[in-house]
Amino acid sequence: MRTAFLKKLFQLAEDNPNVWLLTADVGYSVLEPFAKQFPERFLNVGVAEANMTGIAAGLAMSGKHVYTYSIANFPTLRCLEQIRNDICYHNLDVTIVAVGAGLSYGQLGYSHHGLEDISALRGMPNLTILSPADPGEVAALLPKRGPTYLRLGKAGEPDLHNYPVIPGKGVKIRHGSRATIFATGSILQRALEIPDVTVISMPTLVPIDVATILQARQSPHIITLEEHGVGGLASIIAEVLAIHGYSGNFTPIYVRKPPTPLCGTQDYLRDHYDLTVREIKKALNSASSAKTTHVAAITPNTPASLPQ
Amino acid sequence: MVYKAKAAHLGSSLSMCEILAALYGEKKQKDDRIFISKGHAAASVYATLALTGHIPMNMLDTYFQNGSYLQGHISHHLPGIPLSTGSLGHALPVAIGSALANPEHRHYVILSDGELNEGSNWEALLFAPKHTANLTVIIDYNKIQSLGTIQEVLDLEPLDDKFQAFGWKCLQVDGHNLEELTNALGGEAKVVIAHTIKGKGIADIENTLASHYKPPTEEQYAHSLS
Repeated sequence: MRTAFLKKLFQLAEDNPNVWLLTADVGYSVLEPFAKQFPERFLNVGVAEANMTGIAAGLAMSGKHVYTYSIANFPTLRCLEQIRNDICYHNLDVTIVAVGAGLSYGQLGYSHHGLEDISALRGMPNLTILSPADPGEVAALLPKRGPTYLRLGKAGEPDLHNYPVIPGKGVKIRHGSRATIFATGSILQRALEIPDVTVISMPTLVPIDVATILQARQSPHIITLEEHGVGGLASIIAEVLAIHGYSGNFTPIYVRKPPTPLCGTQDYLRDHYDLTVREIKKALNSASSAKTTHVAAITPNTPASLPQ
Repeated sequence: MVYKAKAAHLGSSLSMCEILAALYGEKKQKDDRIFISKGHAAASVYATLALTGHIPMNMLDTYFQNGSYLQGHISHHLPGIPLSTGSLGHALPVAIGSALANPEHRHYVILSDGELNEGSNWEALLFAPKHTANLTVIIDYNKIQSLGTIQEVLDLEPLDDKFQAFGWKCLQVDGHNLEELTNALGGEAKVVIAHTIKGKGIADIENTLASHYKPPTEEQYAHSLS
């Protein structure tokens, strides 16, 4: 995804002389082509995210379209108030780019896990939140005008589908009868391992595609899957269902354990935090045994390590 | 205004009246960009906007009232205010961005002394000298912040040495002397430390911590007019 983003950004900068890229001293061996080609529109501000975000606002105020770039929480939580006050309140053309969504940089530890970014940012005024699942989705979502948060994984993720991606819309990738799984980010891959379910990728989280969620109410069971803690995709979809009503089962699968002290790769930590195919199947099985009740039920996402 | 509105931050507003006069006065060029980071000093900013024709004079009567654009902290919804502030440590980075985008225009930022506690300012102060030649920072150094004197809370001294060590040219002026201020603001990029008095002009509240919070009493108000 990182490679797809940088390729797209390069194209955008070639086409539009107002495109700027700011980094907080992150991007070794990947930002150099941009810096070399557009030196007057590239700034490494140093390890100073608050300053970077403020500078981006000042540039955007003058008609520039600015991308700020860093890892996971650094361009988001570290400078959250600059995002709120300077970018969002003033409704400026700044795209905040974080690489390392969720557990992408698993082995680097909790400081580098992006698990609270969506919940922290989704209440910001005017802010669009983009959370692509694969390189193809990244390229289709850009450029986006106005305050935007782009949540990227790392380099090397596979393309998961070839369906057209329309900004603001969910992408239906597979049709099945047992349930509808909404997934955001590269963990979509795990949803695609489940047979006979509808799978919808949600590359745009804010504003949310209400119509697609309402359509999914025809399913007996709605499951959400994301590499994020409380307040992300599960909450967004639950809000829509609560407002509009839904009589089926709802199973949110997200990171709900406390931060682990253990080192691990992205896949290892996805398993640790129960973001697993096994967990989805368990939810499907428990829902089908209770399907005659016709009562909305929140299926608990029980940690796999506990005795059943 | 402040007496009628029963608003706070009178002391912070009065300490920077001459700075505003120097920036918005006759020497101001049409394309000068002025960022006011100490957004709590709204009363003197609004008065300046009225005196310079950005807003109608009678609008000042609405300060701090329901439905008014004149909020307790300055807002970009008013002409002449490019950036809403109120949370400290925001305007200098934004002014740097604007200065980079508009190298032909002069940029000014007014910071309070208390907000030099904020790390974002020092990130920006470290960055700006090597990247912007069209930015002047003015410190309203009234020596009193929210809960005590600057010296008691988080001492900034030696302040000029800090700016110089960060690569800035630094001047110190009497922040209530319009001529000194006006002379200092011209020319190359620099930090101007404007030594000021909190609550300047109302003897009863000058140099008091209370002037950060309390509107003037009826007696102080009457006294200030006499």
